Amino acid sequence: MNWSLPENVSTFGAQVDSIYYLILGITAVIFFAVEALLVYFIIRYRHKEGRKAAYIHGNTRAEVIWTLVPFLIILFVAFRSREVWLEVKDPERMPPGALELRVAAKQFEWNVTYPGPDERLGTADDFVRRGQLRVPVNRPVRVTLASEDVIHSFFLPEFRVKQDAVPGMEIPVWFQATRTGEFTLGCAELCGLGHYRMRGTVTVQTAEEFAAWQREQSQAGLAAAN
Amino acid sequence: MSTIAIPQAGVHAVHRDERSFIRKYIFSTDHKIIGIQFLLMSLLFLLVGGLLALTMRWQLAWPGRPIPGGGILPDTMAPDGIILPEFYNSLVTMHGTFMIFFAIMPLLVGVFANYLIPLQIGAPDMAFPRLNMMSFWTSVPAGILMLASFFVEGGAAAAGWTSYAPLSAVPEYSGVSTGQQLWCLSLIILGFSSLMGAVNYITTVINMRAPGMTWFRLPLPVWALFITAVLVLLAIPILTGALILLYFDQVLGTGFYLPERGGQPLLWQHLFWFFGHPEVYILILPAMGMASEIIANGARKPIFGYHAMVIAICAIAFLGWIVWGHHMFQSGMNPMLGSTFMFTTMIIAVPSAIKTFNWLATLWKGDIHFTVPMMHALAFVAMFVIGGLSGVFMASTAVDVYIHDTYFIVAHIHYVLFGGSLFAIFGAITYWFPKMFGRMMHVGLGKVHFFLTFIFYNLTFFPMHQLGLRGMMRRLYDPTQYAHLQPLQELNQFVTVNALLLGAVQLLFIANFVWSLFRGKRAEMNPWRANSLEWSVPSPPPHGNFAVTPIVYRGPYEYSSPESDEDYLPQDRPPAGRSAPAPDLVPAH
Repeated sequence: MNWSLPENVSTFGAQVDSIYYLILGITAVIFFAVEALLVYFIIRYRHKEGRKAAYIHGNTRAEVIWTLVPFLIILFVAFRSREVWLEVKDPERMPPGALELRVAAKQFEWNVTYPGPDERLGTADDFVRRGQLRVPVNRPVRVTLASEDVIHSFFLPEFRVKQDAVPGMEIPVWFQATRTGEFTLGCAELCGLGHYRMRGTVTVQTAEEFAAWQREQSQAGLAAAN
Repeated sequence: MSTIAIPQAGVHAVHRDERSFIRKYIFSTDHKIIGIQFLLMSLLFLLVGGLLALTMRWQLAWPGRPIPGGGILPDTMAPDGIILPEFYNSLVTMHGTFMIFFAIMPLLVGVFANYLIPLQIGAPDMAFPRLNMMSFWTSVPAGILMLASFFVEGGAAAAGWTSYAPLSAVPEYSGVSTGQQLWCLSLIILGFSSLMGAVNYITTVINMRAPGMTWFRLPLPVWALFITAVLVLLAIPILTGALILLYFDQVLGTGFYLPERGGQPLLWQHLFWFFGHPEVYILILPAMGMASEIIANGARKPIFGYHAMVIAICAIAFLGWIVWGHHMFQSGMNPMLGSTFMFTTMIIAVPSAIKTFNWLATLWKGDIHFTVPMMHALAFVAMFVIGGLSGVFMASTAVDVYIHDTYFIVAHIHYVLFGGSLFAIFGAITYWFPKMFGRMMHVGLGKVHFFLTFIFYNLTFFPMHQLGLRGMMRRLYDPTQYAHLQPLQELNQFVTVNALLLGAVQLLFIANFVWSLFRGKRAEMNPWRANSLEWSVPSPPPHGNFAVTPIVYRGPYEYSSPESDEDYLPQDRPPAGRSAPAPDLVPAH
């Protein structure tokens, strides 16, 4: 059994993973303690001739202890999780200077709208790529996520990103890649017949490579439009 | 504390039973027969749900390879035995639907609330016997409709058991039209069945306890089933309302859940989970109650912290209402709301921990008898711990970002519903089988079934944690489509092989059940040397249950009490030096 998470390539991913390992540590200790105690009691207090069980109805101090201790542990985990959660999801905390993209999901494809060299969406030099999410390394990316039909879920496992795309809503998502390479874009919400093949690729490039690609694609688009 | 004694409760019992066969076994108003009817029906649906799961597992292990013997399936499902994606989505949906609504829920509530409540509180029957009969017979057409939906044009519902709109609301999106509508109608009808049951259980527990049966002398299954009935009464109408709106969207062209018609897809999720999370506790609280009963009996020791157990049941039931948003962390709901729901969800771990520690403390200094029910109850505790702990990962908003909608949640829910609820159900069936049918289940066969189930269950579901951690999404027809999931294929095959073995082992249970029904050893009145009232009447109890209304003198867990020479002390045995009358109405604790 391998309890580790796959490689992480986003800035906040390490924090998400640290909460995972924190909970893994706490729950592993509780798991082994409780199961060991259970097995010990089962063996130690198994029926033998002449044994009579103790006539005990309970113990208030024990109840208080095993109410308070889990409560404190769980509060600690919750507070730690909250910080990371807001870092990932709170629109107010999303870093400035991000590359703005628009991702529109529909059965069964991801359509990514890129800005041209003007870095602004909604202008003539925008271009669209299907199933291809291409971003520069070490720069925040802010995706506005939408859906045209049913609910899909924008899942970048290596980036620790997951966000449902809901028709009628525009939901901001951000991440920042820490290394270049090819990664997975998948759909994590059952969206119909082709759900299992609603995948795309994430390509992380250096800023220069990305800028060159962006310029080239944008110009090709403009040329085709003229 | 008022308890209403039912005068001359046992009049029927002493007379010869003159009911016709149909009134006695088919359209029966006897809570025991109704409980058994629910038992047979929900075991059948458990089998159906299991077969659907195995079919699904086959496809996940060997995508595109024909199922052995799958040639009998129609071409709309699996041409030449090869499962189609549309059929796979129906399998996913219907496995969840059958297991939750038609197997686990009726097994816990329909069977045991019906069978146990009157017997354990000392009542001759339910408060509303005819309503009770109607509750069962309303669930039958619901089940038939759900089964029939496989054979209509377009096949059965395919939007998941959670039926998220707009996928579930618009036929063009799911490819299923009639099937989705039948799914809604079936669950609406089933909801009425559950409601009729719930009002009955609540009324019966409040009004029909025998003299001396104070609230804090109720056996824990009754407490758990009572609180569960309250949850059912409050939660089911919300599902029914949501389903009616969904049905309107499907057939009348309304747009409650469709943004292009002014609706909101998240409305469905809020309503569904506002029902759905209490539903989770409907599916586990009765299991906890029955496991508590069996553990105290098996350890021959009073349940540790009876009051704490009752408070924990109530706390779980209350908190269950304010945690639904944790199903929606990634749904686009405001992230601030996500934090709030995380705190309430985390807190629910506390009463769960209280219960676990009390079970452990009950075993401490006990005299543990390894009966088959006790083995299942101990497995219940061991597995519930895993299901509870994996829940902490899901409850953490941060970790949920990654593991949401992956196999981690599939592992989690199966540790709670199979490792938890189903082990408790196997234990409870074996424990109360002698009372229901007057015969014991076969012990050797029971033990073999238990150990093999325990082993293959863990080999099936434990690796699913790892599949989830490696990023495998749920409800995927063909995981090999994704490069990052291809290395997991061997693990998927391992899971499937064990799932098939797990399924095969259940034949032992069926064999034991059927064999014991006709050939099992005759059961005495009180084979487990237990304290609660159902063991003070013959096995099986006559119509009307108690020849004389019992009088209760103490709580149900007086095992190994110094007051008794034996290691148990029935609730209705008069205290030493006191002959029968004058019920003691002062609470024992």
